[in-house]
Amino acid sequence: MILSFKDKVLSILSFLILFTSGQPALGDTLKVCKSCSYTSVKLAVQQAKAGDVVLVEGGSYQESGIEINKPLRLIGKGKPVIDGNNTGQIITVLADDVTIEGFTLQNIATSYTRDDAAIRVIERNNIRILNNTILNTYFGIYLQNSNNITVKGNVVKGENTGKTESALGNAIHVYYTDNVAITNNIVQGHRDGIYLEVVKNTKVHRNTSQYNQRYGLHFMFSDGNTYTYNIFRNNGAGVAVMYTDNVRMEHNTFEDNWGAASYGLLLKDIRNSVIYNNTFRRNTTGIHMESSSRLDIKSNNFERNGWAIKLMTTCIEDTFRLNNFTGNSFDVSTNGKSQLNHFEHNYWEKYSGYDLDKDQVGDVPYRPVSLFSMLVEKVPPSVMFMRSFMVDLLDNMEKVLPSIIPENLVDEKPLMKRIEHDNDRKLTQVLRQTAGTP
Amino acid sequence: MNKIIKYVLLDIIKSKIVIAYTLFLLLLSIGLFNLGGSPDKGILSLLNLVLLTVPLISIVFATTHFYNSYEFMELLVAQPINRKKIFMSEYLGVAFSLSAAFLVGVGVPVIIFSTGLTGLYLVLTGVFITFIFVAMAFLASVSTRDKAKGIGIALLLWFYFALIYDGIVLFILYAFGDYPLEYATLVMTALNPIDLGRIIVLLNLDVSALMGYTGALYKSIFGSVWGVAAAFGLLLLWALIPVWSSRRIFSRRDL
Repeated sequence: MILSFKDKVLSILSFLILFTSGQPALGDTLKVCKSCSYTSVKLAVQQAKAGDVVLVEGGSYQESGIEINKPLRLIGKGKPVIDGNNTGQIITVLADDVTIEGFTLQNIATSYTRDDAAIRVIERNNIRILNNTILNTYFGIYLQNSNNITVKGNVVKGENTGKTESALGNAIHVYYTDNVAITNNIVQGHRDGIYLEVVKNTKVHRNTSQYNQRYGLHFMFSDGNTYTYNIFRNNGAGVAVMYTDNVRMEHNTFEDNWGAASYGLLLKDIRNSVIYNNTFRRNTTGIHMESSSRLDIKSNNFERNGWAIKLMTTCIEDTFRLNNFTGNSFDVSTNGKSQLNHFEHNYWEKYSGYDLDKDQVGDVPYRPVSLFSMLVEKVPPSVMFMRSFMVDLLDNMEKVLPSIIPENLVDEKPLMKRIEHDNDRKLTQVLRQTAGTP
Repeated sequence: MNKIIKYVLLDIIKSKIVIAYTLFLLLLSIGLFNLGGSPDKGILSLLNLVLLTVPLISIVFATTHFYNSYEFMELLVAQPINRKKIFMSEYLGVAFSLSAAFLVGVGVPVIIFSTGLTGLYLVLTGVFITFIFVAMAFLASVSTRDKAKGIGIALLLWFYFALIYDGIVLFILYAFGDYPLEYATLVMTALNPIDLGRIIVLLNLDVSALMGYTGALYKSIFGSVWGVAAAFGLLLLWALIPVWSSRRIFSRRDL
């Protein structure tokens, strides 16, 4: 087969173009240090060609407004510090295929009009932000209208003592950006730890979000995201998620979110989502659910919360299975009589029934809503009478003859023993079998 | 006066009821701490015990003691001793012996299993409750000569403070649920020493922070040093008023 002349020229040309445009690995390395030919990161970035590596060695650089407008790798060796000195944004990424790794970026002042961040990515693809430390900034990492971003191993710490909510930015702020991997970051002291708005197909994995003024994790209109193995601790209002479908939340820990309006997890208008194997510990409210439907809440631990679950009557077709409820002041509370949710095979520490046939399933149904919790929902000051004999008496009377508590909110098959979620495959198999046979 | 207190104390110890009471408390406390798992849980269960049994036993024991030592008191009144002194020695004798029983029965296990501020509050509350209910018992006793009637009044007082009062307040809260009741509730709890004691201990356990907005409000009131001091001041008042009024009745009454 003979190629035509035109085809030959085309193939040679394309080869040449490929070669000259350069693969990233073959680029030059531009060193930046006090005694190198470049002493400024900004200058080195300006001089670099596409595909180069800018290697910054340890030391402190007083710079801001570094604009990366070609694909390159900006790498810090020995944790160099780029100090913005409150003069504005430090690094702006305006090109695809950029890596920023190993820096300490610090000091950005609050800027209400520009939303200055330590690293901002605007409308770009394939960006990697790795192992940076970002201290005392307005926004930490700000991704907007981008795609395919990796944010891994960063530490973002802000100072929020004595600041109002509006004077604070978010540690990791993602807006209209898809396919983001946020992994192994530690975020604290900002307004929201991780903020996602209109973000799809994103994985948030093994992050620690703590001591933030408002929410540890906050997302809205962000369908199809996965949140696994994160720790949300001591945030002003816990974790709030709204108006989203197809969320997977697994193996997260929500703890010590204490306060007047604080939740471990606030669910508002969430649909078709799964919440598996999470731990809710010492929160004012473990999960607050509003207008949320078709959720599968399975194998979670609720320990020592004020309210383990607040289930508003606007929630329908939610399933609660194989959860442990231990040491909570109130297990479940609700605000009305109608209930269209399903509870089955949970372990309730307060359950006092018996199990005659020894199948580990209690023979008497358990009603997790107490009369007192209904009263507290209606008249909050009556919480002062918690553990009074009168209250215990009324609760027990109501349990025998339910008239005020919702009749349908009941676990017909409560478990007798606490479920060890890691190694109880056998039990779940047994339960499945017994559930199958009438 | 010290001499009379000594005689009263000796008399009480001879009757062995106080020793039985001490052992009962000791056994229950140790049992609850060992069963509960965590010390906090133990404290919570103990709180229920302290608020139910301590007032009951204090009030019944003090009333029966008062009527049983009527002859002794008549004998003393015949001597040149101030009636107020006789009354106060009787009161302090009973209150001290019951508090000592409480301190040994509950205080010692608390120190062993759960030393801390909450434990201290629990023990203090128990001692105050003892003094308050012994005072109420004496008030019931001086108001009538009839022993059965006196014990009836004492039991009714216990029933009122331990159960009925909470029911009434809950009913009021429910009926007026549309109004802001935060401070009204605060005043209403101050009108019952048992509620006051329960709240002092409860708000200093860490469950307190878990009670939402209103819980946080009360926590900020009772969590501060001044709040706790005010609460214990109110408890002191709850002891002083019945003692003072029953002493007045006793010193003016025809025995």
